Amino acid sequence: MKKLVSLLFAVLLPTSALAADKALTVKGSDTMVILVQRWAEEYMKKNPDSRLQVTGGGTGTGLAALINGTTEIAAASRPMKDAEKQKLRARFNTLGQEFAVAKDGVTFYVNAKNPVASLTVEQLRSIYLGDVGNWKELGGPDQPIVLYSRENSSGTYVFVKDELLKGQDYAPTAQTLPGTAAVVNAVAKELWGVGYGGAAYAAGIKPLKMKLGEGTEVSADLENVKSGKYPLSRNLFFYTRGRPSPEAKAFIDFCLSPEGQQVVSKVGYFPVK
Amino acid sequence: METAVPIQLTAPRATPASRRRMLKEKLIAAGITAVGFTGIAAIVLILVFVAKEALPLLLDPDARHEASFAKMFLPQVVREGRPATFMWQPVSDIPKVSMIPLFVGTLKVTAVSMLLAVPLGIAGALFASEFAPRRLREFIKPTVELLAGIPSVVLGFFALMVLATPMQELFGFTYRLNAVVAGVGLALAIVPVIFTVAEDALTAVPRSYREASLALGATQWETAWKVVLPAAAPGILAACVLGLGRAIGETMIVLMASGNAAIVSPAFGDSVRSLSATIAAEMGEVVVGSPHYSLLFFIGVELFLFTFVLNMVASLWTRRMVGRLSGKVA
Repeated sequence: MKKLVSLLFAVLLPTSALAADKALTVKGSDTMVILVQRWAEEYMKKNPDSRLQVTGGGTGTGLAALINGTTEIAAASRPMKDAEKQKLRARFNTLGQEFAVAKDGVTFYVNAKNPVASLTVEQLRSIYLGDVGNWKELGGPDQPIVLYSRENSSGTYVFVKDELLKGQDYAPTAQTLPGTAAVVNAVAKELWGVGYGGAAYAAGIKPLKMKLGEGTEVSADLENVKSGKYPLSRNLFFYTRGRPSPEAKAFIDFCLSPEGQQVVSKVGYFPVK
Repeated sequence: METAVPIQLTAPRATPASRRRMLKEKLIAAGITAVGFTGIAAIVLILVFVAKEALPLLLDPDARHEASFAKMFLPQVVREGRPATFMWQPVSDIPKVSMIPLFVGTLKVTAVSMLLAVPLGIAGALFASEFAPRRLREFIKPTVELLAGIPSVVLGFFALMVLATPMQELFGFTYRLNAVVAGVGLALAIVPVIFTVAEDALTAVPRSYREASLALGATQWETAWKVVLPAAAPGILAACVLGLGRAIGETMIVLMASGNAAIVSPAFGDSVRSLSATIAAEMGEVVVGSPHYSLLFFIGVELFLFTFVLNMVASLWTRRMVGRLSGKVA
């Protein structure tokens, strides 16, 4: 029996130590977690002895982990804030290195039965600021608008707040849900609801087109997001503390390679190249 | 411990064997006392830790500026040219930290769930203890107690996916997820609590009460309503308070089924954000040590104090009622 146990130890210990040694951690944005997982799967298929550990938690969490030194790569759905860069500099004397790895358009959804098909950026802003509360004012039927938003820990929440609302506050009537999937599910069930999220999730409901001017409407598709014509498009980033380690660099290079960018399209985001 | 001392005194000349036994007994008593105090120590330590994390709101000038008591409890102007309102939006350039929407939210959900669960729980307990035939009673009791074992996340899921849409159609709510849906989901969780404790209290009423009442010509219903129910009142009150405590603190059901919009309004059809759900939703992401972090711990302290005061008032009230009732009987 004793022999067996010691044998087990002999087998288990070195491998687990080895795995812990080589595991490259990517932590951050919930929007990106599926994408990063796909990348990691493909990458590990090509490099069987590499170990990657992918976790979500939100952009804020990922960047905090980067600053605390507990992750090698942080996945972020927004650029790093100055305050975060300051913290990184105080701890590690680096400003961090940024890699734009994919593009995403924040899409606004309505229920498939809602006759409204496109809105201007200003209209969306007044909806989310709570100035407009009825579809009647936007060319729809006389029905109250039911607002859906994300929890304030989400990168998408901050992105919409900064880019659409220009830093102002969401209307207090905006309901906060724990994930884009929950928002999609809610809007699919709420006839007069409106919500937002990554383009990757926009299945089963009607994505709103963005009205730019007279007669020009853009949807959040590949061309418009890539060219920046779609007003609410954003880069998705990887951050490392300083110059990436060889393992981290190999992984990031893979993500940016044509093969990696193909994964991006497959998951439903837009390639950067 | 005190009981051990007289025993020692009454034993005039202890043999070594009995002395050893006494020592053993003392050790056991000390052990049990220590276990008893562990529970109290745990509660005290939890409160101390939670309060310690909330303390920067009083001590740290930054936090005090961002989340002063005036900002937490008085209306603030959040947009220029608008009247002052209560707003909870702690992640913002200028954080809005009013607690009022959260109080309103917790109050609304709790009120709905208690309005449903108290009559249901007590009526069910009265039926089970006074009217149900024995076989039926032996079926009802374990079944309801089984209901108490359903994880709250399952009840929340049920309220979110099954209850919400039919209720919206039935009552014409603007919001699919609102205080009523969350309250109904919550009632499912607290009915078994109230039922179980109330049923025990009713069953504990001595048989002689019932026999005396029936012998004096009261009907079964009169006996149940006018004799057994008042006699069990302290226990039933305790049942309601336990249910209320659970309702205030319950997180998962409310988090899933209330929509979590921090609205201050009297309408029960509006979405609400409760104190407990706010902690659960925001704690995962918050920067440790920031004013927002302290604020969440402060909410925890508030919840703790609410349930603490509630339990204390209830136990005082129960004691007084027991005194009154037993005085009347004697």
